[in-house]
Amino acid sequence: MPTINIVQAVNQALREEMRRDDRIVVLGEDVGKDGGVFRATEGLYDEFGEDRVMDTPLAEAGIIGTAIGMAIYGLNPIPEIQFLDFIYPAFDQIVTNLAKLRYRSGGQYSCHLVVRAPYGGGIKGGHYHSQSSEAYFTHTAGLKVVIPATPYDTKGLLLSSIRDPDPIIFLEPKRIYRAVKGEVPDGEFTVPIGKARVAREGSDVSIFAYGAMLHVAMQAAEAAKAKNGVECEVIDLRTLVPLDTDAIIASVQKTGRVVIVHEAPKTSGFGAEISAQIAERAIEYLKGPILRVTGYDTPFPYTLEEYYLPSVPRVQAAIEKIMQY
Amino acid sequence: MGEQLTSQKRFKGLETDLSEADLKKIYRAMLVTRLFDTKSMNLQRQGRIGFYVPCSGQEAAQIGSAFALRPDDWTFPTYRDVGVAVLRGVEISKLFAHLMGNSDDEMLGKQMPSHWGYKEVNFVSVASPIATHLPVATGVAMAMKLEKTGTVVVAYHGDGATSEGEFHAAYNFAGVYKAPIVFICENNGWAISVPVARQTVSETLAAKAEAYGFEGVRIDGNDVLTVYEATKKAVEKARSGGGPTMIECLTYRMGPHSTSDDPSRYRTREEFELWQRRDPVERLRRTLVEAGLWDDSAEVKLRSEIEGEITRAIEKEEKVAMPSPRTMFEGVYSTELKSLSEQRENSVLDKVSKE
Ligand SMILES: Cc1ncc(C[n+]2csc(CCOP(=O)(O)OP(=O)(O)O)c2C)c(N)n1
Ligand SMILES: [Mg+2]
Repeated sequence: MPTINIVQAVNQALREEMRRDDRIVVLGEDVGKDGGVFRATEGLYDEFGEDRVMDTPLAEAGIIGTAIGMAIYGLNPIPEIQFLDFIYPAFDQIVTNLAKLRYRSGGQYSCHLVVRAPYGGGIKGGHYHSQSSEAYFTHTAGLKVVIPATPYDTKGLLLSSIRDPDPIIFLEPKRIYRAVKGEVPDGEFTVPIGKARVAREGSDVSIFAYGAMLHVAMQAAEAAKAKNGVECEVIDLRTLVPLDTDAIIASVQKTGRVVIVHEAPKTSGFGAEISAQIAERAIEYLKGPILRVTGYDTPFPYTLEEYYLPSVPRVQAAIEKIMQY
Repeated sequence: MGEQLTSQKRFKGLETDLSEADLKKIYRAMLVTRLFDTKSMNLQRQGRIGFYVPCSGQEAAQIGSAFALRPDDWTFPTYRDVGVAVLRGVEISKLFAHLMGNSDDEMLGKQMPSHWGYKEVNFVSVASPIATHLPVATGVAMAMKLEKTGTVVVAYHGDGATSEGEFHAAYNFAGVYKAPIVFICENNGWAISVPVARQTVSETLAAKAEAYGFEGVRIDGNDVLTVYEATKKAVEKARSGGGPTMIECLTYRMGPHSTSDDPSRYRTREEFELWQRRDPVERLRRTLVEAGLWDDSAEVKLRSEIEGEITRAIEKEEKVAMPSPRTMFEGVYSTELKSLSEQRENSVLDKVSKE
């Protein structure tokens, strides 16, 4: 099987699906001739032409709004927002139209599209090229939120997302776009939306993570084993909405100890939802407090980003703390 | 170009009411900006700074416009407007401190490089999201009008920015409230890889101002004197209650969009060479030489003086420590929240640094 990275997996999924489905239209800033600022759409313009790979004007509200219109009319648009940090001009379109069209029309209209956006820190991008704002979208009923952590899942989840009947915010961990490589089959396969993955089995502590943080969690789990012989179970959530609560509860029942890792700020971050689900459904299994290792409640810093982002030592410290219970 | 600009002919072949000292001040600022820009690109390539947004090619639009302002007027720059900062008097060492994100940085290392802000010279802090500063700039101008301060705002933006909703909101409010604001549109032909012809099918960007009921003029943005004259006129109009103006400066970014960009993917060598011949710094230099105000020895002297300043500024700033990890928690609110103090106290910053 070929080994590719995450950005190549995005590219491959788009290319293969565009060959199968000529209703797919890719649109966004610099996605055409330039192949996207991260090269996720590289080569698509040459293969499919400017009608299906559109370099749009610089207006996210226009990109998402018109994509919604195309979707209502039966096309299969895949807009790219260059950085998740630039999605806010389109927030109104996403919250007002995209998320609610099906519900507000009593099911007469629906809108099936995948909004792709690179998210997260670790590239020295400061406030506006680093944010991890998935919680705004998980808090909006009607949207699904998918965040892959590996090349395999990126392709499989992107193909599932493109075929899903609902609107999807597909967040790509740009920090590991090229750093994480893995085997990905050519051709068609899907990874189901709403199913978490046990990335590492263990019986002492459950670590819940997604996106770039999955890899930090994995390294911390290995470090904890090497140092203290602690066996962590690492769960890659893969999709936040719908959330695989069964997988979360099953793991908590097994370990009784929980560490949640995400790079978004702590307050009202998605970790709060995971904690609440565990508290509601499995509190009797807990041996100690639920711990969260997250970004801090500050804007994303530039010089100090390595201190802001959850790191292996920070996750290890949480593992050591919870193992005292 | 719109109306004939009034100016006098005091130097050979040169129509301007600027003094010799003014002209030399403008030229110095342009050369400082150019040499700073070249050096900053090199520092990034050498890994000594993380990122940079170059401005070479756009010095005339930036410096010509800023020169028409009073110190108490406000500017709202973009990431690219190094020339405005230089002309307004920001020390070069401060600019480098920001690019390095060290403890001397006015932004305290919190912002990515090229996201400047210097309150002491009324140069308001930059956010990356395009056009988000424009309604804010209009709001400052509305406040100036309400407070009858007689000051004006100059807000800078690119050609790409004219597509964002906030551009339109800002222009409309400026028109409706007759705000004392001048919009300087640096039309450099490109928004990263997207040419202006793909950005809009309006014949000019200046036409967009007309749609909001105020004057839009399109000028040669690589001629610093033309930019100065046009801005001066617009500023005088704004100061005397005449409302906003938009000046579309036709210019070109001679470098990449940023240090992360490779322009050879989307634009031609011929285009670059065409604009290289219109290099605004070189143009002013030639004009000054022809007017008998400048010569090679003055050029050599000035260059080495500026290069010395740049070298000393870098040497100084590279010795300055980075902000301590604890500062990350400061400045989120006027006084720190208890929850954030707790996060700081519980953080394992020492462990991270040992990593
Ligand atoms: C809201 C938003 N969307 C996208 C971007 C990414 N981006 C950064 S600069 C840029 C092009 C800006 O073009 P223009 O306004 O012409 O200014 P220039 O860079 O040419 O000076 C884009 C698309 C952004 N910063 N903000
Ligand atoms: Mg531009």
